[in-house]
Amino acid sequence: MQQLIYFIQKYKYFLYVLLLLLISFSLTINNHSFHKSKFISSANGFVGNIYNKQNNISSYLDLNVKNQELIEENLRLRNELSKLSFNLDSISLSTSVDSIEYKQKFNYINGKVLKNEYTKPYNFLTINRGNKHGVATEMAVINSKGIIGITDATSNSYARVRSILNRNSKINARFKNSFYFGTLSWDAKDYNIVQLNDIPRQASVNIGDTIITGGKSAIFPEGIPIGVVLNSSDKTVDNTINIKLFNDMSNVGAIYIIKNFHKQEIKNLE
Amino acid sequence: MNRKPFYLLSLFIGLLLLQVLVFNNIQFLGYINPYIYIVFIFVFPYKTNRFPLLTTAFLLGLFIDLFSDSGGIHAFSTTLIAYLRIYFFRGIFQKTEVDYEFFKLNRETFGKIFNFTVILTLIHHFILFSLINFSLANFFYIITNTISSSIFTLVLYFLGNFIFSRKQ
Repeated sequence: MQQLIYFIQKYKYFLYVLLLLLISFSLTINNHSFHKSKFISSANGFVGNIYNKQNNISSYLDLNVKNQELIEENLRLRNELSKLSFNLDSISLSTSVDSIEYKQKFNYINGKVLKNEYTKPYNFLTINRGNKHGVATEMAVINSKGIIGITDATSNSYARVRSILNRNSKINARFKNSFYFGTLSWDAKDYNIVQLNDIPRQASVNIGDTIITGGKSAIFPEGIPIGVVLNSSDKTVDNTINIKLFNDMSNVGAIYIIKNFHKQEIKNLE
Repeated sequence: MNRKPFYLLSLFIGLLLLQVLVFNNIQFLGYINPYIYIVFIFVFPYKTNRFPLLTTAFLLGLFIDLFSDSGGIHAFSTTLIAYLRIYFFRGIFQKTEVDYEFFKLNRETFGKIFNFTVILTLIHHFILFSLINFSLANFFYIITNTISSSIFTLVLYFLGNFIFSRKQ
């Protein structure tokens, strides 16, 4: 017993440091797993508040660019709306909407990016929407140009988003002109270029083909733009294709969070 | 004598906010980033009891992690250099425990301060980028980032030291 006390006395600093290092290392491991709750994340009131204050000041700096993006998005939506109303006029009333079974599948929540990062291998964003706005974990986050990521930790009024620029992100994606699908990942080299893996060999890949989300998971709806094919490596083992993102991930502001009402139903089925 | 804890607390908060609100957004050439908050480890008072240093180092790292969503990597590397500080202190400055009371980092020769800060910064950055990378692939990324960010951090530290300590 005395020797034990002597041992602790002698190595007290070393043991204390070992304890602290162990705590921080386990927090690091915890940060890499998707389904565990996060203690150390920017999605809490204290950190979110400080980032919110910073954002209130810095958001004035690129107001022109952001306005231009919103105008472009409005333009696109208005054009699509006029196309739709034209269809409604010409096809007459033969399209039937089952009003009993019909249910809205997706709901969009607007928001703003408070903190953005894109240079590390594992990147996260902080947004100013949380539980009280209806945001939960594992929801899709997009903006007017394309996909951004998936929420992975929420607090009352803030949430943390796992960016697509994160080595742990795996998102289902497919070609716009065919139904061959693969998995989207990132090799942490360039923040404008992501990789599409596991595309079948018989799929014809042309440079400039558009890639959209596949809708095979309960998180992303189908058809959200991702990017265009930059080049395809000639028949490697996993058949990787480089994709240039539509989104400039170093400059994101206004975002939409997508809530899927059928998620629980789909999960129960699977 | 009573102003010391207050000074350390304001340094803690000041360095934390400076790091997360200003220096984390620099991203010079896309990836070079100074981690100036480790200055806190250099200037923390040299005492026989090392528990306060280790605890504050861990908390400082943890707060940086909280802001930059990195789990516990800053806490890990900062605690490690806080633990190793005393050994390099003994080796480079040739001091023993009796000298702690009168030791001032700024009164030493530049060469010794340079060795001391360079070694601790390199260790900190190397551990930090290894944990950021979180795999042994891409070893080149760790080395280039360690060296370039260390240079940036040290230049900022010596410039800041030069500017703020002239008056005394």
